[in-house]
This record gives sequence, structure tokens and C-alpha cells, in this order.
Amino acid sequence: MSCERDDALLFAPVSFTLAGGDIVQLEGANGVGKTSLLRAIGGLSSRLCGELFWRGAPLSRQRAEFAAATVYLGHAIGLKVALSARENLQWWAALRGIDARAAIAPALDRVGLIGYEDSPCYQLSAGQQRRVSLARLFLSAAILWILDEPFTAIDRNGVAELESWLAAHADAGGAVLLTTHQQLSLPHALRRVALQPERLREMSTHE
Amino acid sequence: MSKPTLTTLAILMQVVRRDLLLALRRRAEIANPLLFFLMVCMLLPLGIGPEPQQLAALAPGMLWIIALLACLLASDSLFRSDFDDGSLEQMLLSPSAMYLLTLAKSVAHWLVTGLPLALIAPVLALLLQLPAIAMPALTFSLLLGTAVLSLVGAIGAALTVGLRRGGLLLSLIVLPLYVPVLIFGASAVQAAAEGYLYQGQLAALGALLALALPLAPFAVASAVRISIDN
Repeated sequence: MSCERDDALLFAPVSFTLAGGDIVQLEGANGVGKTSLLRAIGGLSSRLCGELFWRGAPLSRQRAEFAAATVYLGHAIGLKVALSARENLQWWAALRGIDARAAIAPALDRVGLIGYEDSPCYQLSAGQQRRVSLARLFLSAAILWILDEPFTAIDRNGVAELESWLAAHADAGGAVLLTTHQQLSLPHALRRVALQPERLREMSTHE
Repeated sequence: MSKPTLTTLAILMQVVRRDLLLALRRRAEIANPLLFFLMVCMLLPLGIGPEPQQLAALAPGMLWIIALLACLLASDSLFRSDFDDGSLEQMLLSPSAMYLLTLAKSVAHWLVTGLPLALIAPVLALLLQLPAIAMPALTFSLLLGTAVLSLVGAIGAALTVGLRRGGLLLSLIVLPLYVPVLIFGASAVQAAAEGYLYQGQLAALGALLALALPLAPFAVASAVRISIDN
């Protein structure tokens, strides 16, 4: 598959599969289309050339099941700064039909934000806000994590913690698809998928 | 790893509750349309002249036009901040039906714009010398009418949220759809002021609401999808 923008392919077509226990890192230069590919997989964008399969059947026919099994964290973290971490997470969990009242405090504890549950998010630093959004990973039972640059604004300890969560998730049978420019040192096997720019080849020449 | 689940109604309540909380924390945004309503109602007698009869003749139409413009002013912000900070993406990515989520957002929007507008309108109508006999018609027509305006406004807001300067386009898309509401609403207040029955006009507004309530969220949900997919 590939992604198109203005009738041109962004990157040379790639194909990969993701099974339980896999951590796959998308690599490529800035602007090559990593985010575009993740958005297309998540269902936010229709600019995909190619096909997506989920559990052996075309993904487009089972978007709701896929959404329930996936957590997608993008560049925009989707927090309301006027609301507290607890209120933000409760709303997010409600979207997925989860009653998270009891689970929010432990989730915030795991991302190191105990004591910040009820302060408005505009009082938190960028890294702490990013941690609030990462707390979502512990609120849902999703098996696939799609993370677009999850290490942005996270401190060094946080990077190590997040790496250990990714590995633990994969060890428990989950799958992770992420983009990052960090050098990951995971205690778990990591597969890399490189995206190469597709220069100026018009779509028509493919047909 | 099973998680405690919520019913559909509980999901809707959570979405509405969050938008009401946000409105409460950012009171200035809520006050904006109300302040607009108040200012125009105060300026009109200064511009037109204070003769009670002249004002009373204009009041039904003017009150409805001002209320409609106040709603238009408010509808631009319906999806703006959710689009900018990624909340709208998370709504699209959730397994909940976008239809229900946008319906909940429209309801919350009406609770913080249309409802207070309808409730303070009789007070401001006194400034415009609207006869007391027309007050119930004004409140009830605004209650029904602003609900339609919120639902229809949400369509325009969802279509233009991806554009940097969508304000003018929003007005062009939404105003033609507002016209039937304005006609029936203003005519209800006019009829009441002249001592006639106005239940027919209210029934027409109710019919518009009954049409918009189930249908508009479909359009809003599709429009949100288009705006996010760019």
C-alpha cells in the first residue's frame, strides 16, 4: 500500500503484516508519509492506495470492531486544557463505552501523574500532558496500539518507561505500530519498515 | 481483561457533561451570543427611536433575527477547538457511532446557547416594547426554533471546521436553511402580539425540529469525516 497526495504517491508501496507480539516501527524522512499511513490505517484518511486487512478480512467492512480493538494516539493529543486529567480520561473512556471511574487513578499512577488527577491540564507541562494521553493505553483493553511520535516531549526516564510498556504489551500478545525518530532500546524484538519517497512518479504511470 | 461498560445513554450523558463542563470553565464564550443579543436589543431603540408603537411593530421580527444571528455566531465554535486539539479525531476513532456523538454535541450546544437565549428573551423583549401577551409565544418559539438552529448550524460548522477562515462560508451554507425557522418563529410572535392563535406556527417549528433531530446528525457525522480527511 501507499498514500497519495495531490494525485502522487507519497512513498514507494510497502506491505507488512502485524501479528500479536509484534512491535513495528515505521521509518522514513520527514514528510515521507508516516503519519499519512497511520491515519489511513486508523480510518481517519481515505488517501490510501492499496488494501488493509484485519484478521483476514478487508478492514473497511469491520471498522467498528477494529476501532474497539485499537488505540490511536496522534500528534494532536486530544486533551482539553480546561479540563482535569481525570475529566479528560473519563470522556475518552466513555467514547469507547468503558466505565473508567475506578481505573483512572491507577492509570495516572502508572504514567507518573499521581497527585495531578484533578488539576486542570493547562497547569501541566507539555510532557505531562503527553503522559495523560498515554494513560489511555491503560484504560482500554485494545490489542493494537498505533502511536504517532509517542516520545514527543517525554523526558529520558519517561522514554525508558514507555519502551518497557510497549515491550510488556507485546509480551502479553498485543501489537504496536509506531513512528519515532528516537533510537529505541527495547527489551523486545523490533521490526522496522522503511518508507522510501516516491519521486514525481504520477499515478497514471502505475496503471 | 474485561472492562466495566457503559450503556449508550450513559455515553451520551458523558459527552454532554464534558461539553457543559467546558462551557462552564470558559464562560466568556457562552456569554458572547447572549451579550450580542443584549447589545442589539439595547441599541435598537436608540437607532430607530423610542416611540413604543413603532418599536412594538418591529419587535417580533427583530427579536427573532437577532436571536438567529446570535445562534449563527455561536455555531462556528461548535467543533473548532475539538478539531484543533485532536479531540474530534479521537471521537472518529472511537467505536461509538459518530451519529450519536454529534447528536450529543448539538444537544450540549443548544443547552448553553439556545436555552439561555430563549429564557432571557422576554426580559429583552421589554426593551423593544413587545406586548406582554406575546411573551409565551416568544419563549416557546425560541425554545423550539433555536434547537433546530443548533442542529442545522452543526452541519455548517462540521463542513467548515477544516478551513482556516470558514466563518463566511458557514454563514452562506447555513443561512438559507435558517430561513424557514425565522419565518415560522417570527410569525408566531407576530400573531401572538396581535391577539391571534399561534399554535399553528409552533406546530410547524415542532415539525422542523422533528425533522432536524434525527436527520441533521447524519449530515454532521459525514461532514466531520470529510473535514478530518484532508
